[in-house]
Amino acid sequence: MAAVGSREVKHSTKPAAQRRIDLNGYLFVLPFLVFYALFLIWPVILGMRMSFFNWSLVGTGAREFLGLTNFRELFADPDFWSSLWHSILFTLLVVPTIVVFALGLALLANRAIPARWFFRISFFAPYLLPSSVIALIWIWMYQPGFGLINSYLTRIGLPEVSWLTDPQVAMISVVIATVWWQLGFSFVLYLAGLQEIPKELYDAAAVDGASPLIRTRYITIPLLRRTTILVVALALLANLNVFDQIYIMSTSGGLDYASTRSLIVYVYEQGFTLYRVGYAAAMTYVFFVLVLAVSIGSFVLNNRRRDV
Amino acid sequence: MVVEAKAPETTREAGMQRRDRFQSWLAFGVLIVAAILWLIPLLWAVNTALKPEPETTTVPITWIPEGGFTLESFWQVLTAGGLVRWYFNSALTSSIITAAVLLLGSLAAFGLSRVPFRGRTVVFWVIIAGLIVPPQILIVPLFMEMDALGFVDTYQGIILPQIASPLAVFIFKQFFDGIPAELEEAAVVDGASRLRVYWQVWMPLARPAIAAVGIFTFVLSWNNFLWPFVVVTNTDMMTIPVGLATVQSSYGLRYADIMASAVLGGLPLVIVFLFFQRQIVQGIASTGLKG
Repeated sequence: MAAVGSREVKHSTKPAAQRRIDLNGYLFVLPFLVFYALFLIWPVILGMRMSFFNWSLVGTGAREFLGLTNFRELFADPDFWSSLWHSILFTLLVVPTIVVFALGLALLANRAIPARWFFRISFFAPYLLPSSVIALIWIWMYQPGFGLINSYLTRIGLPEVSWLTDPQVAMISVVIATVWWQLGFSFVLYLAGLQEIPKELYDAAAVDGASPLIRTRYITIPLLRRTTILVVALALLANLNVFDQIYIMSTSGGLDYASTRSLIVYVYEQGFTLYRVGYAAAMTYVFFVLVLAVSIGSFVLNNRRRDV
Repeated sequence: MVVEAKAPETTREAGMQRRDRFQSWLAFGVLIVAAILWLIPLLWAVNTALKPEPETTTVPITWIPEGGFTLESFWQVLTAGGLVRWYFNSALTSSIITAAVLLLGSLAAFGLSRVPFRGRTVVFWVIIAGLIVPPQILIVPLFMEMDALGFVDTYQGIILPQIASPLAVFIFKQFFDGIPAELEEAAVVDGASRLRVYWQVWMPLARPAIAAVGIFTFVLSWNNFLWPFVVVTNTDMMTIPVGLATVQSSYGLRYADIMASAVLGGLPLVIVFLFFQRQIVQGIASTGLKG
């Protein structure tokens, strides 16, 4: 981003020529800006307007201006708070797990090891699958009796677990499926980060007699800080907005709804099942403020790191 | 440290090498176990899809069915279900979205990077601001907009909101900014020739950026669930991810059929990955390094 504005307009350019350049420039950005304005900026504004109305998806004209009533209602709505908490809890469980496992596996795979391509494909393949495939596979894995996991649990003498329907376990089940799905992406990012570390650093440390563990702790992990910040930021933003797995596993697999319903699932429920689009819009904007705080936080962290 | 300081260099190095080799094998062992754990759900899904339906729910489970493996479920879902139609819908919408994102993104980035028009810094920041808006928060107003336009249950409805990608502009602009300015001197003032310079000089140069943006846009739009799910209700208009979310309720407890649908639904992108493995991995890596 450093290059923005660094190439200044030449002051010697004649006004007429500059006007032609301006026209040219805007013609290049115009096609993008048209779609951008229609399908990104406009819905942002429309949603903001809707959040101040009693606006229903069904019927016409019944749009009553409410002021801040929607917001007041949602702050008093226990389902809003519980679904917000589920989104946050889900993120807090998924992100650290992904970081630890992706880093650990990448460190192992970065050694001189045969068949590295095999590990890359194994860990990365699930990331390419659509969320509904993830949901279908894990609904199947989690079945009682003939489900793979429970079948092996009983075989080794452990009791079965109601992975999908037990409110104590349901969230963990979604987290396991999600980590399995997304880990490969962070794994590849870490592998790339590891390639960037100059070999000479290790050679120097090895001459000084530092063991691989010491080298990992004091050379590799500190030098991977930028990659870690990126992995964390991307995983945070991807998972705070969770909808797909939770929704599909609830509707198709009987996943316990009350203990897993995320905020976006609640927005969908209010907007498209109960047709309360004004209320749903108000909810997304409160949530947006939270997501924004997280993005700005990770952006600041990322930039501060770069100055060092 | 077991090795004493007085030990001859050669012994000490040999010891370290031995230890390194041992640790490498240990690392290899741990990775093999992890990779097997990672592959089991995929193998189990394929295995289930290849079983005769009655044998999918035997207790205890078996990996090798008594009646032998069969392709019946694959045949069943390809002929009876909506899968073929969903493939077509996904391929069509993802291709159009990818082409449009590449074209509009590179045009805008070229203008911002190579045409010194007044106000371009402002335009750039307005576009970049779009990066902070998660698409999930727009579903409600976007649906109202599409409804007003009459685009619910249409291809336009699926495609249009996915075309304006600030990330594509950002990646292309970074790429164009990185190319030395001498090439620009060839650019002449009038509009037609600028467009020609964009198309004949810059786009061929931008092949790596086109590959990265193209592959990612295609994968993300192919796998996009929430928006097509919101804007489409008619089974014939569903994309693969949306359609698959309905098979459990339409097939009931026929797990071989459900897994056959899941395997077939996931297959195209896995095949794409096997072909473009290096580009995809490099694409992710370069996003990471430039982040």
